Amino acid sequence: MQELLKITDLTVQTSDDQRVLVNQISLSLGEGEAVGVVGESGSGKTLTALSILGLLARGLEIGSGAIEFSGADLLKVPAERLRAIRGNEIAMVYQDPMTALNPVMRLGDQLHEVLRAHNLGGATAAERVRASFASVGIPDPDRAMRSYPHEFSGGMRQRVMIAMALLLSPKLLIADEPTTALDVTIQRQILALVAKERRQRRMSMLWITHDLGVVANLVDRVVVMYAGRIVESGKVSDIFASPRHPYTAGLLASLPSSDHARGRLASIPGVPPKPWQVGKTCAFAPRCEFATERCRTQLPLLESAADRQIACFYPIGAK
Amino acid sequence: MSNRRERGWVHYYFQSTSGIVGLALVVIMVALSLISAFGLAPHDPLEQNPVNALQGPNGIHWFGTDQFGRDIFARSIDGMRRSLSVAILSVSLAAFFGVLLGVIGGFFGRWIDSLVVRSSDVIFAFPAILLALAIVNSLGNSWIDTSIAIAIVYTPIFIRVARGPVLSVKEMDYVKSVRVLGFSTQRILLKHIAPNVLAPIVVQIALSLSWAILTESGLSFLGLGTQPPDASLGLMVSEAQPLAAFAWWALAFPSIFITIVVVGLNLVGDGLRDALDPARRSS
Amino acid sequence: MSRALSVLTTLFGISLFVFFVLRVIPGDTITSSLGIETGALTPEQIDVLRAYYGIDQPLVGQYISWMTSFLSGDLGFSYSTGAAVSELTKSALLVTIELALIGTVLGVIMGISIGMFSARKPGSIRDFAGQLFGLLALAIPGFVLSTTIVTVMANRFQYFPNGYEYMSPTEDLWMNLQQMLFPGLVLGIAVAAPVMRTTRSALLETVDKDFIRTAIGKGLKPRVVRLRHVLRNSLIPIVTMTGIQFGYLLGGAVIVEKIFALPGMGRQILDAINKREYATVQSSIMVFAILFVTINLITDLVYRRVDPRIK
Repeated sequence: MQELLKITDLTVQTSDDQRVLVNQISLSLGEGEAVGVVGESGSGKTLTALSILGLLARGLEIGSGAIEFSGADLLKVPAERLRAIRGNEIAMVYQDPMTALNPVMRLGDQLHEVLRAHNLGGATAAERVRASFASVGIPDPDRAMRSYPHEFSGGMRQRVMIAMALLLSPKLLIADEPTTALDVTIQRQILALVAKERRQRRMSMLWITHDLGVVANLVDRVVVMYAGRIVESGKVSDIFASPRHPYTAGLLASLPSSDHARGRLASIPGVPPKPWQVGKTCAFAPRCEFATERCRTQLPLLESAADRQIACFYPIGAK
Repeated sequence: MSNRRERGWVHYYFQSTSGIVGLALVVIMVALSLISAFGLAPHDPLEQNPVNALQGPNGIHWFGTDQFGRDIFARSIDGMRRSLSVAILSVSLAAFFGVLLGVIGGFFGRWIDSLVVRSSDVIFAFPAILLALAIVNSLGNSWIDTSIAIAIVYTPIFIRVARGPVLSVKEMDYVKSVRVLGFSTQRILLKHIAPNVLAPIVVQIALSLSWAILTESGLSFLGLGTQPPDASLGLMVSEAQPLAAFAWWALAFPSIFITIVVVGLNLVGDGLRDALDPARRSS
Repeated sequence: MSRALSVLTTLFGISLFVFFVLRVIPGDTITSSLGIETGALTPEQIDVLRAYYGIDQPLVGQYISWMTSFLSGDLGFSYSTGAAVSELTKSALLVTIELALIGTVLGVIMGISIGMFSARKPGSIRDFAGQLFGLLALAIPGFVLSTTIVTVMANRFQYFPNGYEYMSPTEDLWMNLQQMLFPGLVLGIAVAAPVMRTTRSALLETVDKDFIRTAIGKGLKPRVVRLRHVLRNSLIPIVTMTGIQFGYLLGGAVIVEKIFALPGMGRQILDAINKREYATVQSSIMVFAILFVTINLITDLVYRRVDPRIK
């Protein structure tokens, strides 16, 4: 499989006092591959995703690292090249559909301008927009095109966002928890929609979520992040069948499933630390039931072994 | 809770360069006015000396002289004294009555509030200069009359600024519960509402002072308010009109004085606003 | 509907206020002058003026007389010219409105441009320069700016269109525009300051919003993002401020009108005050207030259109 995206040692920090939020993340994605990035809020998963297209908020900056896409380092390409890639070769869908659309612009226009920005405006543009609305399951596309965002529900708005992202058939779709703010039923619909589109277009996908359950049937590989670092990654089936990192195991155990029909949901006691507050030690140690003195004083590095990466001194099931 | 915030605001105020600069400018102008008030100026602002007429700035007359040979520096600081007096009196009156009415209206609500709001809308409907003009014309030209006129014009702003926090605090759940418990009106007002009203009022006072100075000098430019031969910054500018082509100092210095004090007060107002705002955003 | 009612109550209050402000003048100055300074008026006009003032009636009666006259279009007469105030007001109003429009347009253009310029890099040198401009534009009094312009233009450059007789746009458009240029600029600068501030803070607030990130993320050119997404969503406070400023200009142009010899409402009121023509003063101020209230109403309606969310 060809490598499409390769993130190497990415560090994201605050601009004024250099507090680290994403700590040397390395990740790669092949063509047509879907990777789920899982972690609690504060783990750095969203910032990693935003860094790819250079969408970090004011006050945050990339400290170091490289993000290679189709051979070029996105952190170093000229601004115009990055602009041409956005929405075109790489597209992103965001977490909150209620605030992600321009409130004073008609939906059809918001899609139309993507085409124009990439020199694809013209006679067929309107038809393309209409078709894309239809393909994501929006009823009465003509009316929808003339409507404003506030006239639609969250689920519908998210469909519009997806339509907008897929308009130019990007090679890579980055989705930042697009279903978190939606009802479970709608969630399922959106997930099905995205899965279908991905299959049809053979698109690569980076799916950010805090919910392992969501990625089970959606992605090929899973990357687990904690406090700004990657703690485990591997094929989704492997991870689910035998998680190696105690944190991953904890996440899996806290998923509701039909096996645990009765009784309370397990959860990992404690809260994740802020990435910049953790020294060169295992960030998960305070909450880990297997932690030893070594975990509290040394930093476990990410080690690869046969399609699996793990950053732990005492992985589960190790000899 | 409010005490802690207010102990800190002075510290925050002095963290802003523009706030410090503004304060410095205002202090300088006040000092100069006091010099004039105590008669310590190097020359008498009214003393005419036709022999020395229209001299440019020099060692004896730092700002030069006007067509009657009067020292422009002395006249400028005297004019500043007048402008500041009017500004301080008018804004004090406006703030006092405005806050009183605003708090009463906001607190008691219903028809009292409607009356207060309507009355202030009526005054708001007039352009400031025009209204001040009309009132000064009716009342007279003394500095007290001018102050009253300007006070009337600026009272509605204080009503609005005071009323807002009163209304929003009144709606807060904890105030409602405290009222149910029977706390006296006075206590509620003092403990809960006053601290919230204080900050915007203080900021507004600084800003209104700057507007009052502009209005007062505008009025005296038009010939209302201070009458010749007394010195007033606006009047000096108006008198300098025919001279400006060959005696630029007659126009420049009073103008610069007005600008400096207005800039200073605005910076102070902005500085206070940033220092007193709990969110403490830097713009 | 309730809006209309509230506007009417305000106008009623305004008429009371105007009435009383002028009645503070001691003695029967208003009415006594009718005997002394009727000057150019014909006997019929004097009678109408008496009715307008409600002579020989108690205070309430005077108010009612005035209101009846005013509402039926009789704004009184001006002694010195013998003309009906309503006629004078019509032409003066046109001048003032033209001036206020030009001033507002210039001010908004300057204010939004400088506001956008400043907001692009907050905290930078250009931001500082922009804000400095705003501060100075606010602090330098209009009459100082005007006087300086007059001095420099008339004396140094020998170019002073306002030295000639005023020309309305229909009489001589080119001359009219020249005569409006400097006063319009002075007023524009005064307007630019608050507009710039409002623009800058509205832009800065909008720029952090999620949908701007979406716009950048889909590859729009920076200029498109700035104009169609950031600016368009910042318009509401800018429009509101523009409306307010236009209202202020109508009245606040008094001094500028005087310096540049424009026969507008401000000058009309000033002259009337000096000549003690109280009918003119009373009616003109009333007209002004009505205008101001109307402007606010219109501003309100305009931003209902700009933001489709408000029904």
